[in-house]
Amino acid sequence: MKADSEAATLPKTGRHTADPRGVLTGIHFIDGDHACCEGALAAGCRCAAGYPITPSTEVVERFASRVPTVGGTFIQMEDELAASITLQGMVWAGAKAFTVTSGPGFSLMMEHIGYAAMTETPCVFVDVQRGGPSTGLPTLPAQADMMQARWGSHGDYEVIALCPNSPQECFDLTIKAFNLAEEYRVPVMFMMDEVVGHMSEKVVIPPADQIEVVPRKHTHKSVEDYLPYGTNGDQVPEMAHAGEGYNFHVTGLTHDERGYPNMTLPVQNKLVRRLQSKILDAVDRITMTEEEQIEGADVVVVSYGITSRVAQRAIEVARERGLRVGKLRLITAWPFPEKKIRDLAAKVKAFVVPELNLGQMVREVERAAGGQAKTFAVSHAGGGVHNPEEILKVIVEASRCQTI
Amino acid sequence: MAKGRVSIVVERCKACGFCVEFCPSHVLALSSAFNSKGYHPPHVVHPEKCSGCDLCGMYCPDFAIAGGKVDQSGLPVKKADAAQGGKK
Amino acid sequence: MSDDLVTDILNPVEPFLRSDRVPHIWCPGCGIGTTVNSFARALIDSNIDLGSLALVSGIGCTGRVAGYVKLDSFHTTHGRAIPFATGLKLANPKLNVVVYSGDGDLSAIGGNHLIHAARRNIDLKVICVNNLIYAMTGGQTAPTTPDHSTTSTNPYGVFEASFNLPHLVEAAGAVYVARWTTFHVRQLSRAISEAFQKKGFSFIEVISPCPTLYQRRNKMGDGLDAMKYYKEKSRVRHGAPTSEVGMTMTGEIIVGKFVDRERPDYQTMMRSQYAESLGERFVEQTEMVCS
Repeated sequence: MKADSEAATLPKTGRHTADPRGVLTGIHFIDGDHACCEGALAAGCRCAAGYPITPSTEVVERFASRVPTVGGTFIQMEDELAASITLQGMVWAGAKAFTVTSGPGFSLMMEHIGYAAMTETPCVFVDVQRGGPSTGLPTLPAQADMMQARWGSHGDYEVIALCPNSPQECFDLTIKAFNLAEEYRVPVMFMMDEVVGHMSEKVVIPPADQIEVVPRKHTHKSVEDYLPYGTNGDQVPEMAHAGEGYNFHVTGLTHDERGYPNMTLPVQNKLVRRLQSKILDAVDRITMTEEEQIEGADVVVVSYGITSRVAQRAIEVARERGLRVGKLRLITAWPFPEKKIRDLAAKVKAFVVPELNLGQMVREVERAAGGQAKTFAVSHAGGGVHNPEEILKVIVEASRCQTI
Repeated sequence: MAKGRVSIVVERCKACGFCVEFCPSHVLALSSAFNSKGYHPPHVVHPEKCSGCDLCGMYCPDFAIAGGKVDQSGLPVKKADAAQGGKK
Repeated sequence: MSDDLVTDILNPVEPFLRSDRVPHIWCPGCGIGTTVNSFARALIDSNIDLGSLALVSGIGCTGRVAGYVKLDSFHTTHGRAIPFATGLKLANPKLNVVVYSGDGDLSAIGGNHLIHAARRNIDLKVICVNNLIYAMTGGQTAPTTPDHSTTSTNPYGVFEASFNLPHLVEAAGAVYVARWTTFHVRQLSRAISEAFQKKGFSFIEVISPCPTLYQRRNKMGDGLDAMKYYKEKSRVRHGAPTSEVGMTMTGEIIVGKFVDRERPDYQTMMRSQYAESLGERFVEQTEMVCS
């Protein structure tokens, strides 16, 4: 056993790059779950708390196996209620931490997602979506937790949600998820699905110095001057960790800049609106989409996750038939790129939104479109992926619809 | 000359009566005065009996009273570790 | 009688308080503040490095302790102080982590976490203030409410058996188990100091009055009446078998140190297992460098 006591060296450029000890540089043939674990390690995550649930378990199984060889801790807790808050204790002690689950566990974690949002605890919750509701289809895909990712906990708060569509993205976007969590001090929902999680593809892991990592926004203020939830113009407060002598207080109750409970209307108003605006004011910087042939398109297919790959086939066939079809892939599902959809809606006839659910993100598309374009859902009850023909049929129908 | 003295933070008191009851020397009694919340805080009725044991302070749930030993001139005997509140 | 904060006799608890938040919200005659006095004195007597102390609480009247102490303190969700505390300890083993919460929070909604942390022997010091009721929410039945008591959710009298917490946590694996009452201020302080010396899951139950709800609804007087009851009915029995320390509404309260045993704590076992299985490949967790 060797003790490893050197911290990651910061390059002279001031950019923070990954600690090479956690980066498995090379070309791999692994599934999304495994790639997600490697992404977490590359992002500097050394702590996780989990609970087994199909089809997510492999993420933490790999983490449990990897982390004692890179320096860190994994604990399998007694339930998701525990896992979802143990990881937050790990964060407040100084670590980057995450947990991994699927539908039923995601439901159990909701209270603590709200706690993370309220206390501004930077962390990542991975949901490898499966058929639901309830126990549903443990080994089969769905994308039916998308609204839950946004609205699952009680009260007003914002989260960021990312949707990878390949094992490669499970690696790359997990790093992005941790980076966004640190930048905005917010819980980030990593919305995988069972297919992306369990399919194996080529995953290229670059050298550590090519991986950009966002460090914890740690305060440099003195103990006397530091306010745990004070913001100096910037909407994201600086953080301190337990054991550094700051003697700060963290609570899920409505609190003021000192972190003290202050259950009055003005404090509630100020706090909750800031939790919202710190994300929504930055929507242009946070949102990632993949767009193709949007210019001049009659129909734009809006999709995410595994469905985007099925939709790709449908789009290609539609174009072969001469239809002008654009593609808009949501890499960030939340915050929803409203403005982008609203602007597009003025130019296109219709949106087609295939999803492995009975209509979730399509509601956002329809809402943002504001009646300027038609919206067609291609729903699916879950348990498999669409047949490209199903999506093609709706693209064709959408192309024929009357312009509004 | 009393061996001890208490100090009372009147505004914190909620008149629970613990200090009066558990003072081994029966130094205290609830007064007839009111604090701003309407409670009767304790007052010292037998100062000469106070030993400075600080049992009143240990019992008080409101951190409203503390007892300490005093020297012959009536000044508090300094307890270094108490003043610092433990190692920081 | 002095009007303002008289500074010549210093209250040892004062440096540990967020004085800008006192007077606190606890009722007249509530014992929680008394337990904080014992806690503060234990911190002083054990010479604990306060810079490496973290206090975690759940929801309830006792849960509010976190907001009144001038330490790194975390007021978490109902029942989940222990898993949060586990996360703190695992990510920074140098922290001394105290869980300060109530009987309902720790043994009802938090019961699962209580038994698993004890089983794993996570190095936590748990102070469970047991006022035999769910006080904050208005006096509902808790797993510790003695039978035949009246509560708001058992208006005709509790008819469930109540938990014997020392027995429960001993069976689950705790290495230090003690019970005192808020009458036993010095013994409580000493027990907390002993727990700080102990590596592993330590559990100290403190029976405390809830005058507004438990005492009043059961026509047992106020907080002072409860304290007199504790004084009269407590029996110190160090080493008593925990199976024999269950409480009833009007019976004896067995107090003392019941369990003090040795068992390697979770992190010791973890490191030893990894070292054995991985040999040279084992990389010990360093301090989390996250900036």
